[in-house]
This record gives sequence, structure tokens and C-alpha cells, in this order.
Amino acid sequence: MRFDPALIIHHLPSILSGLSITILTWLIGTIGAVLVGFVIASARRFGPRPLGMALGAIVEVIRGTPFLIQLFLLYFGGPYIGLFLDPLPAGLLGLTVYGSAYFSEIFRGGFEAVPVGHIEAAECVGLNRLQIVKRILLPEMSMLVLPSAVNMAILLIKETAVLSIITVPELTMIVSAIGSEYYAFVESLFLLALFYWALVELCGFLGRKAEAKLSHFRLSAS
Amino acid sequence: MSHPAVTIRGLHKSFGAVEVLRGIDLDIPRAQVTCLIGPSGSGKSTLLRCMAFLEETSSGSILIDDAPLGFRTHADGSRTRLPAADIRTARRKIGMVFQQFNLWPHMTALGNVSEALKTVQKLGRREAEDRAMVQLKKVGLAERADHFPSQLSGGQQQRVAIARALALEPEIMLFDEPTSSLDPELTGEVLNVMRALADDGMTMVVVSHEIGFSASVGQKIAFLDQGQLLLTGTPTEVFGKPRHPRLDQFLETYLDRGAAMLL
Ligand SMILES: Nc1ncnc2c1ncn2[C@@H]1O[C@H](COP(=O)(O)OP(=O)(O)OP(=O)(O)O)[C@@H](O)[C@H]1O
Ligand SMILES: [Mg+2]
Repeated sequence: MRFDPALIIHHLPSILSGLSITILTWLIGTIGAVLVGFVIASARRFGPRPLGMALGAIVEVIRGTPFLIQLFLLYFGGPYIGLFLDPLPAGLLGLTVYGSAYFSEIFRGGFEAVPVGHIEAAECVGLNRLQIVKRILLPEMSMLVLPSAVNMAILLIKETAVLSIITVPELTMIVSAIGSEYYAFVESLFLLALFYWALVELCGFLGRKAEAKLSHFRLSAS
Repeated sequence: MSHPAVTIRGLHKSFGAVEVLRGIDLDIPRAQVTCLIGPSGSGKSTLLRCMAFLEETSSGSILIDDAPLGFRTHADGSRTRLPAADIRTARRKIGMVFQQFNLWPHMTALGNVSEALKTVQKLGRREAEDRAMVQLKKVGLAERADHFPSQLSGGQQQRVAIARALALEPEIMLFDEPTSSLDPELTGEVLNVMRALADDGMTMVVVSHEIGFSASVGQKIAFLDQGQLLLTGTPTEVFGKPRHPRLDQFLETYLDRGAAMLL
């Protein structure tokens, strides 16, 4: 067995299409997860207690089960409750739901990390509730959660590989298909590892840049 | 003398089953400095926070300029909570300074001071910042306007916090241990700003363990002990001999904060 670069060149178009689907599902899934996670965290913080408890339970279930199994259930179990989804939408929905559980916990921690005194100071100068949320709570909280949010986004890049099992034609599925066609498993897996690593590094780099920009803030977040 | 800036009558405050304030009657005279002193846990912060409506009283009344704060008390003694907008209006006359500064870390000094001018008073950015600069100058921090709280010393942060409260032109300034979380060498700059404010005729209520400051700047001293006002009066009346034994005991523990000269 030998490593044949020509193989990569030959299949470059499909590899690139796999890569773009990976990036696309990751972007859409992450944005969806951030938004839904934020709504969940806000509902738990500001909403009625029973709703908060129900959401808390759902979040626990999602965080307590493997993504692989959730995806299987959604894709193969969905039709039993009338939910017929193509692989790509199913993958996007699964990724969003899975990620939102984690993001909601990150945001919940962020809400709690904003010192009560900062809110009280805002009340004292006459800001109303909505203004406090918009001007104080949200900006301060988003700065506080930035590192863990970036971290979570990075984890989600890697989770997109799981979508291959419901035949979403993303990078892992494409490259392992090439691998099995030519019996080049090691090469293809090695290549995959490289791709994901590069993506993760890129995401981490952007995250660190954002953090550096806000470092003056982070110093005082006590 | 004109009627008091704040009138507190029969004030009780409980946290759960624990009664922290047990019937407070206190007048805050206009254009004077009232110092609240007392042992730790006696309820000083709670009383101050009630005046800023950061705590809701359990019973009794607080009048700011004759207007009830938070609750309207009916003839039969029952109370109804005032609408949120009324509470904000009553509060507008109050400025609060916290022990922990509580500056918003994502805004510069100028941002902190001008925030309420923009969002609450709806001033344009330019005008809000011009007015904020006036206050920053007053506390000697005009050159630090663009600094974030994390780039300022504790004393500077507290002075920004004072400027932030002053920007709304309150009639009464409340200070809860404004120097307690500062290094000793930084307390002076904050106390000086407070002295200047007092000289300007601001009505002030100061909770402080700086007994020296209280005795020299305070025109009225209120000694709180276990949720009750044990003594009120001028510094001479309260600190003069013969002295209440509880106050004596209290002063013993603050010898290093300027209490020594009183003993
Ligand atoms: N939010 C709260 N919930 C329950 N108990 C409280 C709360 N805030 C204060 N207390 C209690 O009320 C009492 C008075 O507290 P307070 O902070 O007013 O005292 P203090 O005189 O300001 O003391 P210190 O000098 O230590 O600041 C204390 O026993 C405290 O434990
Ligand atoms: Mg206190």
C-alpha cells in the first residue's frame, strides 16, 4: 500500500464539495445552535419556572446522550412520528438541537456570571428592564462566554463528521468513500484528520483574535 | 430649616424570618452629610439599599422629598406598590455609589458616565458626552475618559462611579462603604472627591468605617446597632463623652480608622 497524491488531485472536485458541505453544515448548525441556545437560556432565566424546568430537563437529556444516537433517532425514528427528512435537513436539525443544548448552558452560566451589582447600578441610574438587558446584561454576558462559545463551535466542527452515517455527503463521507474504493483507508483517514485539524485551528485562531480585541474587558470581568 | 430630603418612618426589613431592620425613624437633612455607622451586620447597607429601592421594605415608609418611594401607604396602614415608572421617577433623585464600584466593564469611563444620559434622558451622543466630561473633570479624571474600568485603579474606578451617579444630577447621594475595597493609599482621593461634593452642598448619606471622615465631614451621625438606631445627633453629641457603651465598644475596633482621636 502506498500514499498516492494523484488520488487526491483526481478526486479534488468531490473532496472540495464535501469540504464545502462540512463547512456549510457547521456554519448553519452553529448559528442555529447559538440562536436556539440563547432562546433556551433566556427562557430559563426570564421565563416562568415550569417552562425553565422543562427546558432544563430536555437540555440534560440531549447533553447526556451521544450525538450519533440522537441523529439515528431523528433520521430513522422520525418517520414513525411523521417526520420525514432528507439527510441534509436531518443533519442540520440534529446538529442545531445538539449544539443548542450546550450553548444554552454556556449562556446560562454567562447570565449568572454578570455581577448583580452591575444590574443594580443600571437600575439606580434609571435604565428600565429592557434597556438593562440590551445595554448591560447581553454585551457583558457575550464577552464573558466568548471563550467557551468558541470552544463549543470547535467541537461542533468535529461533530459534523457524524452526519456521514445518515449519508450527508460531507467531507468524511466523500473521503472515506474514496478510501474504500481504492483500499486507501489510512491515507483517507489521515487526510481527514488533517482537514479537520486545519479547520479547528482556523476557528481557534479567529476566536483568539476576537478575545484579544476584548482583552481590556476580560481583565475586569470579576 | 426646610423639610428633610429623606424621611424614614417605622421602617422594618426582613430577609425571610430574619428581621434586619427593626423600626427605623430617620430624617436625612438637606445639604448635609449624614454618616451611618455601626458594627458589621447591623443593617447599614440594607438601610441604604432601601433608600435606593434596591431592597423593598417590609413595612414602614420612605419619603423622598415628600414623595413615597416604592409604596403608597393607605390610611388603614396597608400598602400598594407603585408602578415601575413612578419608582424610576422617585429614584431619579437618588445617586448610589457601591463598595464594589460596579462599573460596566464593556464601556469606557466616558461610556459609563454618559450611558444613562443617552438611554434614559435620551440626549444626543455629543451632548451626553459633553455632560459626562464635566462630571469626569469634577472627579479629576478627564484624561482617563477613554479608559476601560480594567485599565483604572480602584480609586479611579470609584471616582468614575461617583461621576456616573452625579451625571444624572441627583438631589441625594448614597455611598455604601465607598473606600472599603480600596488599598489604603487610594482612599484619600475618593474621600477628597466626597469632601468637595459635601462642600458643594450635596445631600449625602455615607456608610463608612472611616470614622475619622465621619467625625470631620459628617454633620449628622446615626449609629445603627442590631437593626435599630441607637444614637443620632451631631458628631459632638454622638461621639462626645459620656459615651454610649455600645458605641465605645464599636469605636475600640476601629482605632486605626481614625477612631483613636475620639477616644
Ligand atoms: N439579601 C439578603 N438575604 C438575606 N440576608 C441578608 C441579605 N442582605 C443582608 N442580609 C443580612 O442582614 C444583616 C445586615 O446586613 P447588612 O449588609 O445591612 O449589614 P451592614 O451593617 O452593612 O454590615 P457590613 O458592615 O458588614 O457591611 C446581616 O445579618 C446580613 O446577613
Ligand atoms: Mg454593608
